[in-house]
Amino acid sequence: MADGHQHPIEHRFNPYAENGGTVLAIAGADFAVIAGDTRQTEGYSIQTRYAPKVFKLTDRAVLAVNGFQADCSEFVKRVMQRIEWYRHAHSKQMPLKAIARMIQTMLYGKRFFPYYTYNILGGIEEDGTGAVYSFDPVGSYEREACRAAGAASSLIQPFLDNQIYFKNQTPAPGAAPFVPGNLPIDVVLPIVIDSFTSATERHIEVGDGLEMFVVVAKGRDVSQLASLNAEEIPATNPGEERVFIVRRELKKD
Amino acid sequence: MDHFPLSWGRPRNEAVDLYSTYPIHERQRHGQQHDAFAEGVQRTQQPLVTGTSVLALKYKDGIMMAADCLASYGSLARFKDITRLHAVGQYTLIGAGGDMSDFQYLQHLLNDLMIDEYTSDDGHKLGPDEIYHYLSQVMYARRTKMNPLWNTMLVGGFKDGQSFMGYVDLLGTTYTASTLASGYGAYIAQPLLRKAVEGRETTLTEEQARAIIQECMKVLFYRDARSLNKYQIATVTERGVEIGDAISSDTEWAFAEKIAGYGGQP
Amino acid sequence: MTREPQTQQQDSHKLTVFRNTYDSDNTVFSPQGRLHQVEYALEAVKQGSAAVGMRSKTHAVLLALKRSSGELASYQQKMFRIDDHVGIAIAGLTSDARVLSNFMRQQAMSSRMTFNRPVPVNRLVSAIADRAQVNTQEYGRRPYGVGLLVIGQDQSGPHLYEFSPAGNSYEYFAMSIGARSQSAKTYLEKNFEAFEACSLEDLVRHGLHALRETLQQDKELTIHNTSIGILGPAGVHEQATAASLGKEGVFRILEGESIQPYLDSMLPKEVPAPVHAPGAAAAPAPAPAGGEPAGEAAPEAAPNPGEEMPGALPTDDDVNMG
Repeated sequence: MADGHQHPIEHRFNPYAENGGTVLAIAGADFAVIAGDTRQTEGYSIQTRYAPKVFKLTDRAVLAVNGFQADCSEFVKRVMQRIEWYRHAHSKQMPLKAIARMIQTMLYGKRFFPYYTYNILGGIEEDGTGAVYSFDPVGSYEREACRAAGAASSLIQPFLDNQIYFKNQTPAPGAAPFVPGNLPIDVVLPIVIDSFTSATERHIEVGDGLEMFVVVAKGRDVSQLASLNAEEIPATNPGEERVFIVRRELKKD
Repeated sequence: MDHFPLSWGRPRNEAVDLYSTYPIHERQRHGQQHDAFAEGVQRTQQPLVTGTSVLALKYKDGIMMAADCLASYGSLARFKDITRLHAVGQYTLIGAGGDMSDFQYLQHLLNDLMIDEYTSDDGHKLGPDEIYHYLSQVMYARRTKMNPLWNTMLVGGFKDGQSFMGYVDLLGTTYTASTLASGYGAYIAQPLLRKAVEGRETTLTEEQARAIIQECMKVLFYRDARSLNKYQIATVTERGVEIGDAISSDTEWAFAEKIAGYGGQP
Repeated sequence: MTREPQTQQQDSHKLTVFRNTYDSDNTVFSPQGRLHQVEYALEAVKQGSAAVGMRSKTHAVLLALKRSSGELASYQQKMFRIDDHVGIAIAGLTSDARVLSNFMRQQAMSSRMTFNRPVPVNRLVSAIADRAQVNTQEYGRRPYGVGLLVIGQDQSGPHLYEFSPAGNSYEYFAMSIGARSQSAKTYLEKNFEAFEACSLEDLVRHGLHALRETLQQDKELTIHNTSIGILGPAGVHEQATAASLGKEGVFRILEGESIQPYLDSMLPKEVPAPVHAPGAAAAPAPAPAGGEPAGEAAPEAAPNPGEEMPGALPTDDDVNMG
């Protein structure tokens, strides 16, 4: 337009920010690990060294959420209230796959003003298997064996592709073919820890602390967790699935 | 027929003569009339009268907060005796940077809330964490309406033997930590605060805390062009909220004489 | 209920006899200054099976008698969880109770959403009482046909409130509502001074004794017809689930096998001692009792329907009444 330059250039308020950090989840045969660092940043500033990004939703579901912090905490609160209402209405805890579908509808419900959040849901399905669901900000989702999201996802995901999905690996001659999603817990947890220590080295928005939630199926042996200083989060319905949390320090520089 | 697809379905803008229907000197001037939608609801798109950094830290007896007394109008030091620290009830203190009129609106909102709580008179008092949560919900709701309250605020408090400190801004972003600094202070003062406070939250005395805060305010005054060497320090402890009188730091400017391009030196 | 046509005719004849001119509209006072629709609503509460509530220094408990409409039917739900720190027991129209409990759940959730605070129990009860009051004053509405006992805990410890369709709410040391609740009240009045220092197990035993008083001659409390709601730290019989209840002890409803140990702790019923205490309530807790619930108001000439009307006597199998 000829006279366009006479009008002030529009400065629109930007309702989003990016608060760093990274999350990941890995499914086992009868357990799932959901982890996230605890650093929160804006630009080059560390806002706090302890801002949890991983939340227990039910005895069998844990949600990791990453992206714009204000959207993240609002979204988690809304998910938790929907789950509470499900408990009121049905007198039982919401199943994992139902939570996954609910999260998809909640995210898509704000398709045209999205929650800027990357969600990873992990836990135990009704059939007792470990599961991971990953979402994009507007609700596309799928069940997977593992997923990394957030600031360092591009550093961690290729590593997980190799270690969990056995990409670019070949079974030894005569050995059984690889099946993703069946690694034992004492292999998975070191992979999680290594992912985060590596991401901390190479990404300025990752570090400070690591929180790993481990959800185990009903009746599963948990002796491996004892040596890791795992702390059990009391269950709403004792005797069913159990949730543990393992904490580690990450570098703070 | 308008041949520009981008214009289809939009109100016709008579101010623009796309096809040069009229010679330049005959073009119709419609004064202020341009985009009919632009004159609808007015929203804050930028802050006008602004406050700068707020600092806060935890110490042995509770929390301490500081903010200077300046409200700037752009680069003009417009109001030099305003207070940016505000008590909410007997356990909570808020320090605000950013737009001062939005802050005054929030002060009214919180006062109304506290009056409602006081009126119910049932022994339930809102604690600092609850007021912080409420405030962050208000800030987030307004950003979601694309009509933000242009502030960054620190909330500090002490209730039932517990200290609390949190940050909330115009986007609804929140976090808690044992040292907080908003605005320019996040770059200049936060590293000093962390070095002095982290790991000593339960042992620092009030005198030590005050010395740390004063040092940070002095450094900010040296470095922040929108600051004023006149500031208030407030504490929240078992005694409640105490907002001190305005004070200033001793500063040293003799070195300036020797800097070329500053003052007398050519 | 099926009746012979003739009986029905007789009944309607009787109803005409007792027909009250001032009871068709809750916005009109009777010449005696009474709102009959509101009083009928209080009668609906009495048609529901009994519920007992009580508190000690550390715990608040609810006990309720569940009805079943027959061998083939399940038992009516008498208790609802509102939040971790609030639970209710109901007597009267179950469907009305569900509306109220949904409202209470919304209030509890919105308090957590805006302030991250468990809703103060007294404010929650006041909120439903205010809603009930509107129904006693606005044209075209009807009062709730249900009474509630609400237990909750906050910084000041455990609490017990009664909510009535009249729009009242009072705090109590112990209270009972529903069919034959007067017998339970008599027991509570006799024993309530001991409750303050009771352990959870002793408190529940007192509650079961009170609830037992409301039973018909040939009935007894079983694991099928009894619900127990508890707020407060885990008791002796709950050690297996103690961790999940937390330090404060979230609201939980015990039903079925889990209440057997409590039933076993009951003492045999005393030979009916002719105790007849006046007044309805066991001393309202903190000082001034603003007045007795409206249903218990001074007797007046107007008929008190329900009790007096032969056709409207409560039946134990009314499926709408929990």
